[in-house]
Parts: sequence; C-alpha cells; structure tokens
Amino acid sequence: MNLVCIVCPNGCRLTVTIDGEDITVTGQKCPKGKTYAIAEMTEPKRSVTTTVRTVFEEAPVLPVRTNGEIPKDKIFDLMKLLDGFVLNKRIKRGEAILRNVFDSGVDVIATSGMLMKEET
Amino acid sequence: MNKYDVVVIGGGPAGIAAAVAAHKQKAKVFLIEREARLGGILKQCIHDGFGLIRFKEKLSGPEYVERYIDMLNQTSVEAVTLTFVSDIKQVEGGYTLTLVNRNGISKIFGKTIVLATGCRERTAKQVLIQGTRPAGVFTAGTAQYYVNILGKMPTKKCVILGSGDIGLIMARRLTLEGAKVEGVYEVKPTPSGLTRNIVQCLHDFDIPLHLSHTVTKVFGEDRLEAVEVAEVDEKMNIKEGTQRKIECDALILSVGLIPENEVAYSLDIPLDRCTKGPTVDQTFMTMREGIFSCGNALHVNDLVDYVSEGGEIAGENAAVYKNKERKLIDIKTDKNFLYIVPQKIDINAPIDKIKIYFRSIKDFDNTKFIVSVDGKVIMTKKYAHLRPPEMESVKLDLSKETLNESSVILLTLEE
Ligand SMILES: Cc1cc2nc3c(=O)[nH]c(=O)nc-3n(C[C@H](O)[C@H](O)[C@H](O)COP(=O)(O)OP(=O)(O)OC[C@H]3O[C@@H](n4cnc5c(N)ncnc54)[C@H](O)[C@@H]3O)c2cc1C
Ligand code: SF4
Repeated sequence: MNLVCIVCPNGCRLTVTIDGEDITVTGQKCPKGKTYAIAEMTEPKRSVTTTVRTVFEEAPVLPVRTNGEIPKDKIFDLMKLLDGFVLNKRIKRGEAILRNVFDSGVDVIATSGMLMKEET
Repeated sequence: MNKYDVVVIGGGPAGIAAAVAAHKQKAKVFLIEREARLGGILKQCIHDGFGLIRFKEKLSGPEYVERYIDMLNQTSVEAVTLTFVSDIKQVEGGYTLTLVNRNGISKIFGKTIVLATGCRERTAKQVLIQGTRPAGVFTAGTAQYYVNILGKMPTKKCVILGSGDIGLIMARRLTLEGAKVEGVYEVKPTPSGLTRNIVQCLHDFDIPLHLSHTVTKVFGEDRLEAVEVAEVDEKMNIKEGTQRKIECDALILSVGLIPENEVAYSLDIPLDRCTKGPTVDQTFMTMREGIFSCGNALHVNDLVDYVSEGGEIAGENAAVYKNKERKLIDIKTDKNFLYIVPQKIDINAPIDKIKIYFRSIKDFDNTKFIVSVDGKVIMTKKYAHLRPPEMESVKLDLSKETLNESSVILLTLEE
C-alpha cells in the first residue's frame, strides 16, 4: 500500500506492508512518517482549520484551528458544531473557544489576535 | 523630512522580517503597508502548515505572521498602514519617497529601500477562455479573501481551473463550508501543487482531479451558469469530442503567481525573465544601488519560512549598506534549472555564506547538484528528488576561491 505523508511539505512517499499485527513502513525521512502511516491504516486523523463568526464589525470571522488532530470522520461534525457558534467575546490568539471536542482531548483555538487591539 | 537608513515597502512576512533584521543591525527603519493591517497575504491563509522550519510547529498563516508582528512591535521600527508610495526619486546618498495616506502627502528620505511587495495571482486575462465575461470568474485568492476575511461564500457549486496550491486549499475550504467543488482541472499532465495538498485537500474529500484537461468556454450573461471542459493532448491541443458542459456558478482560477513589481518597474530595475522579479546579488540588492528585494516580490516562494529568511538577508544587508563599488559576476547554470536566486555575485561583498535558492526545470530523481569555479568542482550535493514546485536552497562558501571579474561560476544538475 502506498501513501504520501502529509505531515510536512517533504511529502515522503511511504510504502506500508501489513503482516497480521505488524505494520512496516518504508520511505519516510523522519519517524513522524511511520506514526502517520500507522494512524492512516487504523484511525485516520486530521487537524481542522476554519473560521467562526463573530459579533464584531471589524472582523466578521475569526480564524480558528484544532490544537491537535481529530478523527477524520468527525470533520464535518465539527464544522456543523462551529456553524452554530457566534463569538461575542474578544479573545487572544491561542485562546480556546471550545474544549475537548467529541471527547478527543482536542480544543478549538483562535489563531489570530486581531480582536484584541484596534490597529491603526 | 524624516530620514531613515532603511525604508521597507510591504508589510507581509518578507517586509516584517526585513524590518526586524535591519533594526537588529541598529538601523533606523520605516515600514510602509498599503492595507489596513500588517501581515500581507497570510492574513487570509487560515490553513495550517506554516512555520515548520522556523518554529518547528504547524501554525496557521495568521499565527505565523502575528508572531513576527509581535517581534516588530518590540522594536523601534516605525510602521504605517493604509499608506501608498506615490513616487520615488533618487537623490544624493539615497532616495526620497512621496507617501500618500489619510493625513495627506508627506515625504521621507531613505538611504536604502527594501521592496517586499509580494506577488499577485494570474487572472482570467492571462488564460484564454472563450465566451462571455460573466461575474463568477475569479482567482482562488479572491475566493480565499471572501471566505476567510469577509466570512461570505462566493459560490454554491464551482469548477477550479489549475492545480496550484491555493486552488487545492480552497477546494477543501469551500467543501468544508458546504459548497460543491465539481472538480479541479489541470492542463498539464502533472499537478502543480504539492502532493500533500493533493492528498489532504482533494483525496480526503473525494474531489476529482482531471489532469490534461482545461476549461474551454464559459456560459452565462450576468452570472456564470456553466463552463465547458475538455481533454488536451501532449501539445495542449483540445481533443475533439471530449468537451463536456458543467453547470456551476463559479470558475475559480489557480493558475499561478507572479511577483508584484510595480514599484520596481517605475524605477527601471532590471527584472529576471525566469523569476519575473528583480535580478539581485547575494545581498539581495537589485541592479539599482541601495534598492533591495525579498519575499515573493523577488521570486515566488512556496514556503513562508524561506520568505522570512530572504527578508532577513535583504534587511540585514540594507542596514549595513555602504555605497561602495560592486564587482558583479553572473552565476551561470545549465539548462536543468528553472531559475536561481541570486543571479549574480558581488565579489566585493562577503562571499563566505551565500544562500542559493533554485528550482529544477523538471522532475529529477537521484541528482547531483554541482558548483564549479573556473572548471574546478568546489561543492556537490545529492538530491533524491527534485521537483519544480519544491524550491531548494543551499549554502555556498566561495571565500577559499580566488575570484575576479572574469571567473566563471557554474551550477549544474547531473542525473
Ligand atoms: C492568495 C495567496 C495564497 C497563498 N497561500 C500560501 C500558502 O498557503 N502557503 C504559503 O507558504 N504561501 C502562500 N502564498 C505565498 C505567500 O505569498 C508567501 O508565503 C508569503 O505570504 C509571501 O510574503 P511576502 O511578504 O513576500 O508577500 P505578501 O504576504 O503578499 O505581502 C506583501 C505586502 O506588501 C503590500 N504591498 C504591495 N505593494 C505595496 C505598495 N506599493 N505599497 C505598500 N505596500 C504594498 C501588500 O499589501 C502586502 O501586505 C500565497 C500567496 C497568495 C497570493
Ligand atoms: S516522513 Fe517526516 S519528512 Fe517525510 S513528509 Fe512525513 S514528516 Fe515530513
């Protein structure tokens, strides 16, 4: 089975062979490639980046991301959850807007501090 | 008139890095940005993957650039936004710049100027499509601005032309926000974006990629109603009988970026045919004394980490610039290179830590990158893969060579 590692821009081409319980991975330039390939074969995960609506005029939306990976099949559930969310508090970059989504241990955090100060 | 050692034009990651680096060298620095906020295009690049080299973290575009803005805010660099440069004139010892903003017109003096004006996207005018000119044909960057900055959806069902990274990223983004992306059509037989983006933006969401395909017609009066796509042969001619009409309300173009160099044009700065940015030496000084260039204005980088690095090179050198005579020699390449930056070396400037950025002209496996001076090999580096979309950089030390104006520095790629 061939995969492309998406962890970094190198995009290493991985070859995965499964022999019962054993998964061997070749082609990775670093150990993250193996971790990625094993997850991909067992429980694929992704980080999600998107925006949430705000009540603030200067920033109709604020960029956010998950601070870790969630199961791939939960991506659209997360989008739906965030669709109904409107931010009405000025928060800092890195501050969480939702904690422990789907019990994954992952938070959704703001990736811009543009609500914190009026820039001139 | 206020006087500065370094005036930086453009407040994206390149300009900010240049300003911070110049300030570190004790220069008095002024930074000019035409938009309301610093940060450049990264303000709208909300996806992650930035900063893996610089910060060893997977950051979104705003996070990456805001870290640099924080660094900038800790310096005494004067930064202005919503300000345009309307004129630049060469004067004794530097340049005077005319600035226009809400407060009116003002003039400043800069001993040196750093051009960090970024790049722009190729538009519909630059790709030949027959038919009407309805609304609904726009670039991937415009779509990105609508969705990520304005929070508005520009389409319900679209076709993407071109497989550049921004188009791939937007295919995923629009799908997540509920639009239908019918497919990505690429005229070349290979995708132009990074493989990881093909995987995580298209495969993950079952968005088809049609290679050797293009859009041949657009339909609709006021608003786009449909496009016609067709397959092309190796010579890029349309294969008759493969035409297919697709109903959609938007055609999104992701057909490439070109350095933004209006300021450079106005100053008659020679540009490189291959990079479409100014020709520079290893200090990133253009062929005009005291004018430097960096970031995507110099050449289109695929990783912002390199943009920051290039900004630092330009900023540092601009800060220590002494108007002394240059002795420039060309860096020659064989035909396996798409381009190199810098294109020239000033042998009167330091030559021990030269950073060379390059792209190969096509895919190569197991290649040797070779540097020779007057026929003598002085450095080699092996690459398992070289691909045009993935820029490479190498460090070159020429301090042990005896160079003069007739020396020949040659870069070759050997399979
Ligand atoms: C739509 C788009 C999406 C991109 N997505 C990615 C991505 O996902 N990942 C990635 O690594 N790279 C991406 N890039 C490339 C990206 O441009 C670089 O990574 C990086 O932002 C380049 O930095 P820069 O400072 O050179 O240019 P920019 O970020 O473009 O900044 C240039 C700044 O100069 C200002 N400016 C221009 N002309 C003038 C003037 N005359 N006077 C005053 N100010 C001026 C502009 O307003 C802007 O703020 C993208 C580029 C585009 C166009
Ligand atoms: S294996 Fe390591 S180096 Fe290769 S793409 Fe994955 S993370 Fe990057």
